[in-house]
This record gives sequence, C-alpha cells and structure tokens, in this order.
Amino acid sequence: MTDIPREEYILKCTSACAGCSDSLTLRYVLKAAGPDTVLVVPACCTSVIQGIYPNTAMNIPVYNVAFAAAAACASGMSAAFQSAGRKTNVIVYAGDGGTVDIGIQALSGAFERGTDFLYICYDNEAYGNTGMQRSGSTPAGARTTTTPAGKGQTKKDLDAIVAAHNPPYMATACASYPKDLFAKVQKALSIRGPKFIHVLSPCPPGWRYSSERSVEMGKLAVRSGMWILYEREYGKVTISGPSKAAMIKPVPLEEYLEPQGRFKGISPEARALLRSVAERNAQRLKKEEEGIC
Amino acid sequence: MLTVATGNKAVAAAVKQACPSVVAAYPITPQTEIVEQIAEYVTSGELRSQYIPVESEHSAMAACIGASVTGARTFTATSSHGLHYMHEMVNWAAGARLPIVMANVNRALGPGWNIWAEHTDAFQERDTGWLQVYVGSVQEAYDATLMAFRIAEHESVLLPVMVNLDGFLLSHSMHPLETVEIGGFIPPLRLPHAIDTAHPMGYGTLTGPDQYFKLRWDIERSMRDSVGVIRETEDEFAKRFGRRYDAVEEYWCDDAEVVVVAMGTLGKEAEVAVDLLRKEGIPAGSMRIRWLRPFPRLDLSGRDVVVIDRDYSFGFGGVIARSLAATEGAKPFSVIAGLGGQEVTYDDIAGFVRSRRPGEEYWFGVMPDV
Repeated sequence: MTDIPREEYILKCTSACAGCSDSLTLRYVLKAAGPDTVLVVPACCTSVIQGIYPNTAMNIPVYNVAFAAAAACASGMSAAFQSAGRKTNVIVYAGDGGTVDIGIQALSGAFERGTDFLYICYDNEAYGNTGMQRSGSTPAGARTTTTPAGKGQTKKDLDAIVAAHNPPYMATACASYPKDLFAKVQKALSIRGPKFIHVLSPCPPGWRYSSERSVEMGKLAVRSGMWILYEREYGKVTISGPSKAAMIKPVPLEEYLEPQGRFKGISPEARALLRSVAERNAQRLKKEEEGIC
Repeated sequence: MLTVATGNKAVAAAVKQACPSVVAAYPITPQTEIVEQIAEYVTSGELRSQYIPVESEHSAMAACIGASVTGARTFTATSSHGLHYMHEMVNWAAGARLPIVMANVNRALGPGWNIWAEHTDAFQERDTGWLQVYVGSVQEAYDATLMAFRIAEHESVLLPVMVNLDGFLLSHSMHPLETVEIGGFIPPLRLPHAIDTAHPMGYGTLTGPDQYFKLRWDIERSMRDSVGVIRETEDEFAKRFGRRYDAVEEYWCDDAEVVVVAMGTLGKEAEVAVDLLRKEGIPAGSMRIRWLRPFPRLDLSGRDVVVIDRDYSFGFGGVIARSLAATEGAKPFSVIAGLGGQEVTYDDIAGFVRSRRPGEEYWFGVMPDV
C-alpha cells in the first residue's frame, strides 16, 4: 500500500462539531482520491462543514446538490467527463438520510445503469444535520428526537440493497481504521463502474458520548461486531482484518452501548434485536466469504 | 431540407443538430417520441451524445445539472407530472446558472389522469428563473429549440430555457418541416463557472442572508438582459434562415379594435378566427405571446382585449389575463378554455370576440354561452 499523502484537501477551521468523524472520513477519502476529484454532496452534515459562501474549507471542487439528487447528478457529471475524455474522479459523499431514505431511488438508478463513480455513504445513523431525527439507518433501540422512546425497527440493510445491483466493488469502512479506509477508497477508484463504500461515522452530539471518544467508538463498533469491515470485489467477499479478529474474540455489546446516551435505558427486546442483527450479518458475511451461499 | 414531421420529431431533429454532450431523460406521454428519437440517433451514431436513461425526471434534471456544470451542453425533455416531479431541480438549474435546454410538451395535471394539452404545467414553473418559449407550429418547435441553445448559453444569459409545445396538437401532429444547415449558428459553449479541478471552487455552498439576495438579483439581471439576446438571436435566425419570430406574434393588429391574446396552438387558431371576424367586418387582430419569461410588453392601448388562458391559477384567475391586467392595465374579457385538451375552434374564438364582456371571466363549456 502506498503511504497516505501529506496533502490536505479539507482545510482547517471547518464548522464541524468537535470530534466529528465525518471530517476524519472526508480527510482520508480525499487523500486517497487526490486533487483530480469532484465531490458531489447532497444535503447532509458535509453541506455545512465546508463553511459559508464565499469561503470554502474544501480544496477540491465540491458540487452541492439537492437532497435526493446526488447519485443522478454524479451520473451526469460522469457522463460529461467521459464525453470530454477526462479521467476526473466523481465521488458522491452523502449521509445516511440522503442514501438509505430520500436518495435511494437515484442511487439504485445510477448503480443499475453502471455509472462510473464512487458513492460513499457516511453513516451516523440519523439525520444529523437537522438535529438527530431517526433515519432508515438508525439502529433498533436508539433514541433520536423523533424516536424519544428508542427506535422500534432495525437498521435498513443498505449493503444488501446495493449488493443486489452487483457492483464491481463495495466495501464498509470506518475512519477509526484510516489505513483500511484509505486503501478501500484507492482500490474503488481504480475500478471502472459503480463503486460503493459504507462508512460508519460516530457522532458525538447525536450518539451522546464525549467528543474525544469518536475513534474509540468506531473501534468498539467493529470489535463488538456491530459494524463489520469487509470488501465485496466482483461478488467475492473478504472480511477485513479488524473484523476477522472481532469475530474470533468480540468485545461484549455492552461496551459499545454503554458510553452512548442514545442507548440509555434500552429495552432488553431492543438489545436482543441489535444482537441478532449483528449475528445475522456476521454469519451471512462469513458464509459469503467461504463461498457457501 | 423540406420534410414532414411531428412536433416531437422536430424537437429531436433540432437537438441532433445542436449536438449536446449529454442527454438525460425519462419518458412521459406525450413527450415520449422525443426521447425515443434521440435514443435512436445516439444508437445509430447520428448523434454523438452520452444518453442517460435515468429512472425519474428528478434524476433527469439532476443529471443535466451534473453534466452542465462541467461545461457540457445538455438537453432533456418532459411533460406535466414529469416536469413537476423535477420541480426542485428545475429551480436548482436556474439558481446554478446552467444553460440547460428542455422541451416540455404541455399537458394537464391529474387527477383525473389527462394526457392532453394545457399550459398550467409549465406556468407553475414560471418563477423558477427559466426562460420559457411557447410555440405554435411544428416548424416553430424546431426553430425555437435551435435558438434555445444559443440564447441559454449566451454569456449575458446563462439561464436554462424551456421550449413548450402543446401536447398532441403539436407533439403528435404531422406538419411540413424545413430543416436548416445550422453552420456556426450555435457557438461552442463556454461556461465561465465550469468545474475545473485545477481551480477548485465550492458550488452551491451554504449562503447566508448577507449574500443570497445578490444571487437572486443576478438571475433577474440576466433575465432582463435576455430580452436583447432573444431579439438578437431571432434577428440572426431570420437573417440566416429566413424565418422571423418575435416575442409576440401580431396578426392583423394595426387597425384592430379588439385583440385576441393567446398562446401556443390557440394563438394560431385565433388567427383563423381573426380572418373570419374580418370577413364579418369586425376589426379584430390577434397576439400570440411566445415568451412567457421574460414576459413581453403588449401594445393593448385603446383596444378591447380578449385573453384565452389554457391554464388557471385557482383563487386568482387566468394567468395571462391577470398578468396583462398587471403589466398593461388591461381589463380583458378573460376566457378560460382548452383545459385538459378541451376542443376550442376558431368559431368558438370568434364567438368570444363577438360577445366579449370586458373585465369579466368566462369558463368555456361551464358557463352559459356568451
């Protein structure tokens, strides 16, 4: 693997919250992508953290676009670059709301059409930009401002939806593992066609934990099996190192839930739901990796 | 070259000659033939464009926006519900100052489902910052589409242009069509704010109350400048190709004591009504408004005015009648006719003129005959 470059494409003094792992994700994504890159950003936290016109904290072109429109906008951009013979990377950088909910139609269309682009969903498991309302990606039991008693439903299986489009490359990542994230973005951008990376993005104000613990929260998510790092390259699944280790010797789920205010007072039923979803995901991925599904 | 074509085919023929780099579109009756024909051109190699068969109209306009901001020429086509499904992005295209050209085949809005001609679909987009032209013939659909690219992409405009043609009455009617060799009529697009990774910029970044209004004023300034650009383009078109258009097509207006104002095919039908009325000794004329935005000035002074609106703004009135009351101080006899493809003949229009009641509103087919 090449070293992570020193160049920065997201500059200091963004308006991100303290401890925001979205900024960290963005930092490594852009280091991997390099300067010949356009970011397409629908309404999400990243719309805000760039700063306010006429200034921007981003050192690459960023095309901000309406909530549901990112993947379609990127389709047009990718086609235009292709028409002009330009090799510029087109990356959608969208939150979970803009991906699993309002943006999923455009996402599905772009993947079905074989659009040459990379779609990155940074997932903080709620509508963060508007102050933490539930999204389809909010896990069971998590309290948000629209699920004050905890969400009754499980997290939407976005990866299964994307996988159903048979993209040449998809992966999960977390900025707590920056080298893994960096390598996955680089690999994705080396492949033609629609690529997808789903990044868990711990959120101090939304998940209600202390802001210096973001990297730790990402690691606990992986070690507890709540977030599984893997790649699916031309259909072949490879579980990434940290998750392989976690599958052998996971930390108890409680270690992940306990520091998060959003899970305070979680019911035994919701806790069981979280556990069963995590186990089902692990079993499925292990079988896929072994090629027995 | 002289041929025979439907309005839809005429639009597609003009698009082929304008040669956009990217076309993204979703089919909808009665626009479908435009996208089918363009797909055919692209497949056969007659048109070297990237054709994106998007999954919705919202995505059609989003894809045009993404392509256009790289500096690429773009085109899409839609109608009615499709136009409204993309409404958010219709606004976005103008706000982002992107010279996208779109054909809209005017059709009524449901419920109940109605696929026939009405102007309310595009009228509801009138405040988005798009230039809008309405055509009265197949030939004009072709000519206006060619001119739309030149006007939209002009450095003093850089706003999207919508070419409107009446559903079925034009989209599916076969008329003679004379195509032209466009030569350099549409210069290459030079978008000053095109994405350039060597000079990165933020696009559509969060814009505060201290800045936003300046961007809106900038749209209006370009809209005002577009009046001259439209005139210059229509002059140049006439000079090169011999067909002359104005913002308002006047027919027998010089000595007219009563003027019928209408748009699209009803504006053409009104000309036949004028012929009939003149034979009866009634000094009638007609004005067909072609450009809804920028809205033109009409010389209505000292005349009775009959406005036919193929549209309606509920709780307010016919959009053109009310607009002319505001801009020209007119007190028109406001006729609401042709909604959802309701048949309106030149005889009907002549009847509106003969029994006009200035200042009143009359719904054709609903209220007792005038």
